[in-house]
Amino acid sequence: MSKIIDELTKGILEGNRNAIARAMTTIENEEDGYVRLLSNIYERIGRAYRIGITGPPGSGKSTLTNHLTKILRKEGFKVGIIAVDPTSPFTGGAILGDRIRMHDLALDKGVYIRSMATRGSSGGLARQATELADVLDAAGYDYVIYETVGVGQVELDIAEAADTTIVLLVPESGDIIQSLKSGLMEIADIFVLNKSDRPGAERMQKDLEYALHLRESDHDWHPKVYQTVANQGKGTEELWTEMKNHRSYLDSENHLVNKRDRRLKNRIETVIRQRIEFHFWDDKRKKILKNYLESEKEKLSPYLLAEKMLEKLLKTFK
Amino acid sequence: MARKLRVLIAKPGLDGHDRGAKVVAAAMRDAGFEVIYAGLRQTPEMIVETAIQEDVDVIALSILSGAHMTIFPKVLDLMKENGINDKLLTGGGIISEEDVEKLQKMGVGKLFGPGASTRDAVQYVKEWADEK
Repeated sequence: MSKIIDELTKGILEGNRNAIARAMTTIENEEDGYVRLLSNIYERIGRAYRIGITGPPGSGKSTLTNHLTKILRKEGFKVGIIAVDPTSPFTGGAILGDRIRMHDLALDKGVYIRSMATRGSSGGLARQATELADVLDAAGYDYVIYETVGVGQVELDIAEAADTTIVLLVPESGDIIQSLKSGLMEIADIFVLNKSDRPGAERMQKDLEYALHLRESDHDWHPKVYQTVANQGKGTEELWTEMKNHRSYLDSENHLVNKRDRRLKNRIETVIRQRIEFHFWDDKRKKILKNYLESEKEKLSPYLLAEKMLEKLLKTFK
Repeated sequence: MARKLRVLIAKPGLDGHDRGAKVVAAAMRDAGFEVIYAGLRQTPEMIVETAIQEDVDVIALSILSGAHMTIFPKVLDLMKENGINDKLLTGGGIISEEDVEKLQKMGVGKLFGPGASTRDAVQYVKEWADEK
């Protein structure tokens, strides 16, 4: 097994597309050896700059991703794209259709597009999205763009996974109070008002800027609002300039280092949490839970039952 | 975690009749597959490149334009050339029995004609995956 994994690693570092593809599947499915694979490439990551693009459904995330990628390609960068779409909670299936808007990137050897389904994750990204971005990072892609599920509410995972987060809105996103409420306001480094050739764009821009102005912030980075018409490529050059500004801001005064340290810390915590849960729910404990649910007798409160089940484990922590 | 079946659905050629492809895509999603829907006007090169990047198990093509005798063999060739001929190439469209036979001899999987049920297509992919 470890031999196959090490060969995959070698393939990734050489930029071999079949190896990259296979490695991503191994990681996404948590197949045998995936931890070794991630550890193998760990030393080689950190070079790629990661951009998150999020926003409500139909706001133009794929189209903007397509245009930004073309700009990055013109500047000579290799670009990886992780495009996330939702898994149906009922069937476990998914239709991943972001490629439709990225036709003209399909044959560019400097672009790698991978579609992911959320598979139960609810923060707008798939659980292993960061790890798949790591593979692209190790394979020498200069930029990785995450394109999230368009749920329009609290897509907080993206702010964690990306260095620069872009929040997309359209003139019809209207009701500014809503955007104030949904954590979207806090996670954006840059706002993009897309489809700005439609009526209401100016009003929306003013409302947004006003809302941003009201917001208390302890950062010295102040998100601005940019207007684009992504399907015509309008405004995307200006957006790219602002993205570069944000990157140099992060590079100054260790912001990027801090951000990546936080990411690292979160990942360690996540891995530990997942592992503990995985081992905790053995057959014996699953049975206890099942019996509890099926029992006709008067039940313990859920809190007491949880305490009881955790008793042995908690002792080892003391 | 159980391995999810990943299926690429694409429509080569210049005609815009993608209703069938969409119906099959929805049926496969409902069967629990992850469907990468590439959409219209896909060239064999685009299809194979996408199949590599997405590491799909199955490539399903919808061809209504009559170009099946060019497109399927070309995709097969490119699959071999790129070392991904362990994936299943299947599809549907208006294809004569004679052509179906020829294509299957070349290595294409089952092909579904007009009136075929989506259930059969789903079942076929499942059985293929079980045997693999």
